[in-house]
Amino acid sequence: MKNMKLNLVLLGLALLAPFVLYPVFLMKVLCFALFACAFNLLLGFAGLLSFGHAVFLGSGAYVTGYLMLSVEGLTPEVGILAGVAVSAILGYVYGKLAIKREGIYFAMVTLALAQLAFFFFLQAPFTGGEDGIQGIPRGTLFGLIDLSDNLNMYYFVLSVFIGGFVLIYRTVHSPFGQVMKAIRENEPRAISLGYKVNQYKLMTFVLSATLAGLAGSTKALVFQLASLTDVHWFMSGEVVLMTLLGGMGTIWGPVLGASTIVTLQNVLASGPLGSYIHVIMGLVFIVCVLAFRNGLVGEIQKLVKRNF
Amino acid sequence: MATLFDINPFALFGQLLIGLINGSFYALLALGLAIIFGLLRIINFTQGALYMLGAFAAWMGMNYLGISYWWSLLLVPIGVAVIGILMERFLVRPIAGEDHLYSLLLTFGVALVLQGLFTHAYGSSGLAYPIPEELKGGTRLPFMYLPNYRAWIIVCSLVVCTGTWYMIEKTKLGAYLRAGTENPQLMQAFGINVPLIVTLTFGFGVGLAGLAGVLAAPVYSITPEMGSSILIVVFAIVVIGGMGSIGGAILTGLGMGIIEGLTKYFYPEASNTVIFLVMVIVLLVKPAGLFGKEA
Repeated sequence: MKNMKLNLVLLGLALLAPFVLYPVFLMKVLCFALFACAFNLLLGFAGLLSFGHAVFLGSGAYVTGYLMLSVEGLTPEVGILAGVAVSAILGYVYGKLAIKREGIYFAMVTLALAQLAFFFFLQAPFTGGEDGIQGIPRGTLFGLIDLSDNLNMYYFVLSVFIGGFVLIYRTVHSPFGQVMKAIRENEPRAISLGYKVNQYKLMTFVLSATLAGLAGSTKALVFQLASLTDVHWFMSGEVVLMTLLGGMGTIWGPVLGASTIVTLQNVLASGPLGSYIHVIMGLVFIVCVLAFRNGLVGEIQKLVKRNF
Repeated sequence: MATLFDINPFALFGQLLIGLINGSFYALLALGLAIIFGLLRIINFTQGALYMLGAFAAWMGMNYLGISYWWSLLLVPIGVAVIGILMERFLVRPIAGEDHLYSLLLTFGVALVLQGLFTHAYGSSGLAYPIPEELKGGTRLPFMYLPNYRAWIIVCSLVVCTGTWYMIEKTKLGAYLRAGTENPQLMQAFGINVPLIVTLTFGFGVGLAGLAGVLAAPVYSITPEMGSSILIVVFAIVVIGGMGSIGGAILTGLGMGIIEGLTKYFYPEASNTVIFLVMVIVLLVKPAGLFGKEA
């Protein structure tokens, strides 16, 4: 990676952070950052706007939560793998359907498919309906490390995040990633060059869904909860906002966007503006689209380019 | 599943009627989306929020200002259209040259703001609006009981939808509109004020949502979420029908309402997912949509 020094500093900060800030808050940031990075892979690099990405986050959370709760002595890595696998399969099915349409229709198809899953999770016997799955045990990682300790859990979540982040970074900078960007920039041209565009789109979709599922499974362990909030369309909108605010198609944008939104939500929730949270998110959306479509990271990059 | 072999005509027709009413709303909202999409190539995510706003405006008009249902039916769609026009002029037009996904995100943001404001002010428990005096009661038909207000919704929606279809497909104004869809630059060169047509079309399209909101106020519980939940269904309907044709959007809306009603009778567990399942089947069989022209 370029900027090795910067990355090492960030890693150092991440390692020390739980001694300064509340670990559960940091874990929430990391889970949403991974979710937003996974989403950005699809929107920012392949140019596909999915408006139903919450479904992959939610199905990962539900499956992991259900297994951890019902299978005695299941270790968390197996629970997470199962959740991720289900998200990947769902991503394949939904991706296969959604890539039949393009642009705005793609967004509507993914939203409608996600709503289908929402009703499934609402009605299915194992999800606890409106209450969700509560009291999910965190278990002991590999049977060795007790994750009920917040600090252990934090370093586990941090490694999951770094793993996902590096995978995304490698994907974007691989030949596969180049084709992805070519499709985003000019699809007919990519087709004329002989690329099987739909296969690339589907693979990106599955990868993105898988990583979103990983974020969901991990989040279910952190909060020991999987609920309808995770699969609601509002969550799908939230991840779009995180990515847009941070900067679509940049590596660090979604991380910054997710951190900002999660912090904002935490600050607002305890203040007098708590009940205005949706209004404020909506306003941030409007301002982002009207004033700075490059997002925070995009604007910073522009500034750096101009001045140095 | 005994009901499959033992059909109760009263219950069946009752569900069909509810389906037809839902379909009337789907048709009105899908029509508004299709008109706006036709000219601006954008999907208006606020359509659901403005439908919700229409219902709330009718309720607020009655409870705060004493405005009757009939005046609401006239004034609220105009008010909503004005809001739409302002939104088009000051929010949507500045980003007209950008990727269409941005306008989708912009209108999504506006929808969040509207829904958030009403949730803050009225909570999510739901308000009730009385059926107007003139439309109380009902007619006893040989196979079912037909409440007058429900008949009124269906008639109203059919008249507005056919009227709009006629205006777009058969009149000179409609011809301008269709020409604007085909080639706005050329039309501008012929001396027609395209931006004005765009603004008015947007106003008309969202006005339909306002009208649907007023019509819905006496039959549904008025909640801030009523808009977003119906909008997602309407999106699925638009994917099923394709937005290439105005008539297609109307027919698909009504048809999906009826299918939903039938499902409620035969297999109620699937009634809120059946339209999405139809969408999946359409995507597999005819990806462009039933009436769609483009792939």
